[in-house]
Amino acid sequence: MDARLLVEHIPSLRRYARALTGNAWAADDLVQDTLERACSKWRLWVAGSDLRAWLFTVMHNIFASQVRRRPPPHAVVALDDVPQELQGGIDPGRDQGTQLDLQRCLMQLPEEQRAVLLLVTLQDLSYAEVAKVLGIPAGTVMSRLSRARVRLQELLDGAAAPVRPGLRRLK
Amino acid sequence: MNRPAPPPTDDELHAWIDGQLPADRHGAVEDAIARDPEVAAKIAAWHTQRDALRRLHGELLGEPVPAPLMNALERDLPRQAQRVSWLRWGGMAAGLLVAFAAGWLGSMQRAREPTAARAGAQLARVPAVREFVHDASVAHAVYAPEKRHPVEVAAAEQQHLVQWLSKRLDRPLKVPDLSSQGYVLVGGRLLPGESGARAQFMFEDPAGERVTLYIGTLDANAAGATAARETAFRFASEGPVPSFYWVDQGFGYALAGKLPREVLLKLATLAYRDLS
Repeated sequence: MDARLLVEHIPSLRRYARALTGNAWAADDLVQDTLERACSKWRLWVAGSDLRAWLFTVMHNIFASQVRRRPPPHAVVALDDVPQELQGGIDPGRDQGTQLDLQRCLMQLPEEQRAVLLLVTLQDLSYAEVAKVLGIPAGTVMSRLSRARVRLQELLDGAAAPVRPGLRRLK
Repeated sequence: MNRPAPPPTDDELHAWIDGQLPADRHGAVEDAIARDPEVAAKIAAWHTQRDALRRLHGELLGEPVPAPLMNALERDLPRQAQRVSWLRWGGMAAGLLVAFAAGWLGSMQRAREPTAARAGAQLARVPAVREFVHDASVAHAVYAPEKRHPVEVAAAEQQHLVQWLSKRLDRPLKVPDLSSQGYVLVGGRLLPGESGARAQFMFEDPAGERVTLYIGTLDANAAGATAARETAFRFASEGPVPSFYWVDQGFGYALAGKLPREVLLKLATLAYRDLS
């Protein structure tokens, strides 16, 4: 009802979408679709309930239907992102390099595990809120979270080695 | 020395990492970390992972929202305003959003400060509005418990009450009908405010629970006057008594009562519809 609150949530929606899709353009498209849907479906938001959780629900529904329509691209990092990350020095900053690795590994997780992990860690939603947003039982939240963490750790542990030499060869 | 607590489950380890573990189980997890190197290693790795994730794309939080996204909101708003079923609410929120978006984009250009996350909150805290809501809450806290003189003019003289307060506030007032929720008018009183007279109407339900509707002009000269001309519904819980408030054509309304948020919202909705 109070549309100002909607504006306040845009930055965190963008960040979540970016981590979820792994692509700056796809992310802002997703945010745009979410805002449009939210504007036209105001009446579905129960006034007084948590607007943030509702917005994530809207976003997730759109994302899920997009994923259903076209299979997710495998481990994509947008080309546009790469020069940016490397710019200013051939050796990427440690944190930037880590971010690239992390995003790349995230994209190798199944979409439903990625969503749970990001809603919990990035957005600080409670497990119960995540269950509501994704429309899944609480137990499923926990099992997806657990699998996501274990798998992401394996990917990160395995990723550090092969990826770095690849990037260095650009020198 | 202590009673042995059951060892933590995997779910509890996750909850601990995410700060969602009930306090009474913290000890069990800490014990397990101290005792079991495997658990300690797992927790350490997940902690590092969580920290890294939380830094991921953090720069987006401070960036100005790209214009296309703001435009997406504006583009959808005319449609929204035409929707009859939402009465004027949707339109009101929409108009506000356009005004807000424009102001916000303007301020972004002026200051180029990454204040996206705070911008909305700032608007809500226009000093004149904040004071008004606080006064409403205090007025409720003072007069609602009053047994003998809760009001200056009782509901029996409703016509006189409305005429009197309308004259003092220099605007035709109406008493909303909250009887469908069980609240009937007790009466009203005149109160001093920052920018002139304020009126308080008091309602009571059969159980003796009272809500008050606080009405008055908002100082048009105050900073952020444009923003203070009109706002959507907002919930305020900072004062001694929670309230829902809104601003319409420079005139503020706050419905206060020691009630659950949903009940208060229902009453405020009724009042808003009745008064607009």
